[in-house]
Amino acid sequence: MKDAVAPVLPREHYLNVNYGIRSWLLTIDHKRIALLYLVSVTFFFFLGGAFAVSFRLELLTPQGDLVQAETYNKLFSMHGIIMVWFFLVPVIPNVLGNFLVPMMIGARDLAFPRLNLASWYLFNLGGLFMLYAVLSGGVDTGWTFYTPYSSLFSNTSVVITVLGIFISGFASILTGLNFIVTIHTMRAPGMTWFRLPLFIWSHYATSLILVLATPVLAIVLLLVMAERLFHIGIFDPALGGDPLLFQHLFWFYSHPAVYIMVLPAMGVVSELIATFSRKRIFGYSAVAFASVAIAVFGFLVWGHHMFITGQSVYGSMVFSFLSYAVAVPSAIKVFNWTATLYKGSIAYDTPMLYALGFIGLFTIGGLTGLFLAALGLDVHVTDTYFVIAHFHYIMVGGTVMAYLGGIHYWWPKISGRMYPEGWAKLGALIVFVGFNLTFFPQFILGYLGMPRRYYAYPEEFQILNVMSSAGASILGVGYILPMVYLVWSMRYGPSVVANPWPATGLEWRTTSPPPTENFAQTPVVTWEAYEFMPREETEVVGKLTPADQPT
Amino acid sequence: MSDAHSVLAHHFDNLEQQREAGTLGMWIFLVTEVLFFGGLFTAYTIYRMLYPVAFADASLHLDTTLGAINTAVLICSSLTMALAVYGSQVGNRMLLILCLLLTIVLGAAFLGIKFTEYAHKFAEHLVPGSAFSYGKPELRQQAELFFSLYFAMTGLHALHMVIGVGILAVLVFQAWRGHFSPVYYAPVELTGLYWHFVDIVWIFLFPLLYLIGLHLGGASHV
Amino acid sequence: MWSGFPLFPEQASTVAGRVDALYTFLLIVSIVMTLLIAGLIVYFIIKYRRRTDDELGAPVTGALTLELLWTVIPFIIMMVMFVWGASVYFTLSRPPQNALEIQVVGKQWMWKFQHMDGQREINELHVPVGRAVKLILASQDVIHSFFVPAFRIKSDVVPGRYTTVWFEATKPGTYHLFCAEYCGTQHSGMIGQVIVMEPTQYQAWLSGGTAEGSLTAAGQKLFQDLACHTCHRGDTQGRGPVLDGLFGKTVQLQNGQTVRADENYIRESILNPSAKLVTGFQPLMPTFQGLVSEEQILQLVAYIKSLGTQQAQVTSGAPSPNEPAGNPPLGTAQEIPASAPPLQPALTPPTAKDEKP
Repeated sequence: MKDAVAPVLPREHYLNVNYGIRSWLLTIDHKRIALLYLVSVTFFFFLGGAFAVSFRLELLTPQGDLVQAETYNKLFSMHGIIMVWFFLVPVIPNVLGNFLVPMMIGARDLAFPRLNLASWYLFNLGGLFMLYAVLSGGVDTGWTFYTPYSSLFSNTSVVITVLGIFISGFASILTGLNFIVTIHTMRAPGMTWFRLPLFIWSHYATSLILVLATPVLAIVLLLVMAERLFHIGIFDPALGGDPLLFQHLFWFYSHPAVYIMVLPAMGVVSELIATFSRKRIFGYSAVAFASVAIAVFGFLVWGHHMFITGQSVYGSMVFSFLSYAVAVPSAIKVFNWTATLYKGSIAYDTPMLYALGFIGLFTIGGLTGLFLAALGLDVHVTDTYFVIAHFHYIMVGGTVMAYLGGIHYWWPKISGRMYPEGWAKLGALIVFVGFNLTFFPQFILGYLGMPRRYYAYPEEFQILNVMSSAGASILGVGYILPMVYLVWSMRYGPSVVANPWPATGLEWRTTSPPPTENFAQTPVVTWEAYEFMPREETEVVGKLTPADQPT
Repeated sequence: MSDAHSVLAHHFDNLEQQREAGTLGMWIFLVTEVLFFGGLFTAYTIYRMLYPVAFADASLHLDTTLGAINTAVLICSSLTMALAVYGSQVGNRMLLILCLLLTIVLGAAFLGIKFTEYAHKFAEHLVPGSAFSYGKPELRQQAELFFSLYFAMTGLHALHMVIGVGILAVLVFQAWRGHFSPVYYAPVELTGLYWHFVDIVWIFLFPLLYLIGLHLGGASHV
Repeated sequence: MWSGFPLFPEQASTVAGRVDALYTFLLIVSIVMTLLIAGLIVYFIIKYRRRTDDELGAPVTGALTLELLWTVIPFIIMMVMFVWGASVYFTLSRPPQNALEIQVVGKQWMWKFQHMDGQREINELHVPVGRAVKLILASQDVIHSFFVPAFRIKSDVVPGRYTTVWFEATKPGTYHLFCAEYCGTQHSGMIGQVIVMEPTQYQAWLSGGTAEGSLTAAGQKLFQDLACHTCHRGDTQGRGPVLDGLFGKTVQLQNGQTVRADENYIRESILNPSAKLVTGFQPLMPTFQGLVSEEQILQLVAYIKSLGTQQAQVTSGAPSPNEPAGNPPLGTAQEIPASAPPLQPALTPPTAKDEKP
C-alpha cells in the first residue's frame, strides 16, 4: 500500500531539520525559500502600504497641504512600483507557488532548486536598489515611467529604481522557467495534465507570461537608463525619437503583467472553492483552458492603454475587440466557481470567506474593465480615478484577498498550526468593508472627472475622497490583524493533523508540516482532481481516510 | 569518469528526467533571450521604417569586411562547439577539450574584431553622445539613432559572447578533470545550445546593421 | 442626478449624452451581473451549507451546454458594448469640416491657447456655444493630456507631433479643464476652465481683447522673416516645393511612398526636412529645430494651410540643372532682419542634472 497516511505530529519536518541562519540563507528546499519570500514580500507590502496611507491622508483635503507636490508625486510613484513589482508579481507564485507546486504534483522539489534560491537573492538585490532609491529621495515618474518625463525631465533617482526593477525581473524569469520545467517533467506517476489541481494550471499559465513578457520589460528599462545616462534619443522627439515607442514596449509587458498578478490568485480560489464545497470544480477543463487562454490573449491587448494617444483609430478598434475577448475566459471562471457552490457542502471557514469575497470583488473589477474597453467611454474615464478603482478591485479585492485566503488555508500545512478562526473571520470582514469603502467611491470620482495623480483637487470631490481615505484606514487594520495572529499562532496555535480541512490534493497527503523531501515515497496517482469520496469508500487509495478527518 | 549515481540530483527520479528538465530549461531560457533581443529589434525596425535614408547612409560607415569575417568566425565556432558536444557524447575527452578551446579562441577572435570596430567608430566620432559628428548634417540626428541601436544591439550581443566564453572556460576545466562522460554531458550540450543561439542572433544582426544600403550602390564610407 | 451628490458631470457637449448613455448601459449590465452572481453565491452558500461533519458535495461536475451558454451570451453582450463604444469613438475622432480651429500648446504646467484671430489665453479657453471647435494640441516638453469632463473629451498631448480633439459645446457655462497625464511636479496645478459663451457674447469677447494679429498673419510674417519664401516660391522655380494649395493634398515622396500633407507633415518638414523628401527635390532645406517655438510652428502651419486652393498634386518642380552654384546659406539665424520680433529662445529639454523650477 503506497498511501502515505501522515502521523498526527511529525517529529522531524522541514522547519526543524536543521537550525541556524546559514541553513536558511543557503537552503535549496523550495519550502524554506517560499518562507524567505514570505518575509521579503510582507516587508514590501507594508512599505508600499505606508506610502498609500500617506497620500490618502493628503487627499483628505482638496488643497495640497500635508506634503509638497513633489513629495506627493514620489509617494504615489513608489507605492505603485513597490506594490506591482515587489509585492503583487511575486507574492502568490513565490510564496504559495514555491511551497506548493512540487507538492501538488508529487515531486521532491522544483526542477532547479539552486536557481530558486538565486531568484530570491536577485529579488532582494533589486529590492535593495529600490530601497536605496527610496531613501535617497525617491522617484516621481509614476510606476509607468512615461517618457520623455522619466528619461529627460525628472530629477529623481530614476536610474537606480529602474535598475532595481530590472534585477528583480530576473527573479520573475527564473521562477517562471522553474515552474514550467517542473510541471512538464516532474509530475508523479499517474499525475496526468487533467488530474492536476487548477492551482497548477494557473501557475503554468502565469509562468508562460513570466518568461515571455518580463524580458521585454527588461529591455525597455535598459533603454530608459541608456536614455537618461547617454541621451541616445530613442524616446526624445527632439532627437528623432518617439515617446510613444516607450509606451508600446512598456505596456507589451505590463498588460500581461496584470495577468501575472491575477492568474495565480484564480488558482488559489479554485482550490478554496473546491475544498470548502467538498466538490470538484464545475467545468474543470473549461477553467484549465481559460487560464491558458487568458495568458495568450493577454499579450494581444496592450494598446488599450493608449486609446487617446493619437494612435490609429483602426488599431484602437482591434485592441478594443481583443480586450473584450480576453474578458470572456475570466467570466467563464467566475460562472464555474459559482456553479461549483450549487449542491456543494459549504463551510464558512476564513479561507472560504476570502474566496467568496474574491469572486464578488473580482467580478466588479472585471466588469469595470469592460467600461474601459469601450472606446468612446474610455476617452472620458481613462487617466481618472475610474481606472484606479478598476485595477484596485482586481489587485486588492482580487489578488490580495485570494492571497490571504490561501495563506490561511495552507497555514496548517506550512506551520503545523491552526490560526484562530474567530479573529481570522473578523479580519476578513474588516478587509472586505474597508476595501469597498476605499475604492468604490473612486469609481464615482473618476466618472465625475477627477484625474489620477492629483494631490490637490476641486472642492466638490472632497466627500468622496474622505470616504476613500476612511476606508483605507479600516483596510489597514484588516491587514495588520492577520500579521499579528498568524505570528502568534506559530507559537501558540493548536497543532494540526496532516489534513485538517480535509482536502484532496497531494500536498495534504503528507505531514503538516511536511518533511524536507515532501513525501516518504513518491505517490502514484490513480484518482482525478478534487475527488471527494464518502467515508465508506475511503479504503481506496487517495480518498479521504478516517485519519484525515478533523479531530 | 562519473557514474550515474553521483551525477543524479536528489530531487530527480532518474537521469532521463534530469536531462529532460535541463534541456527544456535551456530552451525556455533561450526563448526569454529572443524576447529580450526582440525589444531592441522592434525599436530598430520602427526607426528604420521611419528613417530609411539615414539608416542606409549610416550603415555604410560600418566595416562590412570585418563584419563578414566575424560572421565566418562565429559560424566556425558553432561548428567547433557542435564537435565538442559530440566529443562529450562519445566520451572523447581530447576532442571535447580541443574543440572547447577552439571555440573559445574563435569567440575571443570575434570579440577582438568587435573591439577593433568599436575603436574605429570611436576614432571616427560615431559614438553617440556629445562627441558624435556626422558628415551630412541633415541626417545627423537619425544617424545617431542608428548608431545608438548599433552599439546597444551589438553590445548586448558581445556581452552574451563574453558570458559564453566564460562558461566555456569553466567547461574546459571540468572536462580536464574528467567530469563528463557519455552518461553525463548535459552541461556541454546545454552550453552548445546557448552558443548556437548567440550565433543566430549575430546572423540577424549582421545583415540588419551592416548590409542595409549596399544594394543601393552606395560605397562604404569606411 | 441629485444635485446634492452628483454622480455624473454636467452634459455640456453634443457627445456627452452619447457617452453617458453608453455608460448607463454598461452600468445596468454590471449591476445585473453583480447582483446575479452575488445573489446566487449568497443563495447557494446558505441553502447548501454544511450540516454534518463528513457531508460531501454532490457529484455535479460540468455541463457543456451551460458552458457554451455562458460563453456565448456574455460575448454577444460584449460585442454590443464594443460596437457602441467604437461608434462613439468614431464620432470623437472625426471633427466636422467647418470646425473652428484653436491651437493649444501644453507645457509644464500651463495651457496656452491661440485663437485664429490672434487672441491668446492662458489656462482659460473661450468658445462659442453651438459651434464645432477643433483643437490642435502641441506639447513643448512632456506628454500632457487635455481633459474636459463636461464635454467627455480627452486627448494626450505628445511632444514631437500634433494631436487633435474636437467638441461642440451645448450649454453656456464654465467647465473644468484638467491635465490628465502626469507631467511632473505641478501636474495637479495644470488646470483651467473652458468658458462657453453665447455667439454674440463670444464675438464681443473676440473683438474686445488686444489681438496681436491673426495666426495666419503671424505665420506669414514668420514665413518672410525666416526666409522660407526664398525657396518656397509661388512658382515652380524655387528650390523647394510650392506650398500653395499643398495642405490636405497627397505628396509623392522620393522613396516611392505617398503621404498626406496635414499639420503633422508640415511640422515635421520644418523640424526634420530630410525625413520625408519630396520626389524631384534635393535635400537642401535646413532644419529649424531650436529656432522656432511650438507656438511659432503652429502659426506657420496656420499660414501654410491658408495658402491657395490649387488642385494639382505637388510634383517635381526641380530647378534646372543650370542653377548657379554658390547659393547663399538658407534660413540661418543671421539672415533675419533686425526689425523682426526676437524669436523665442530655443527650447531644449532640461537634462536630468538641471534644476527644475
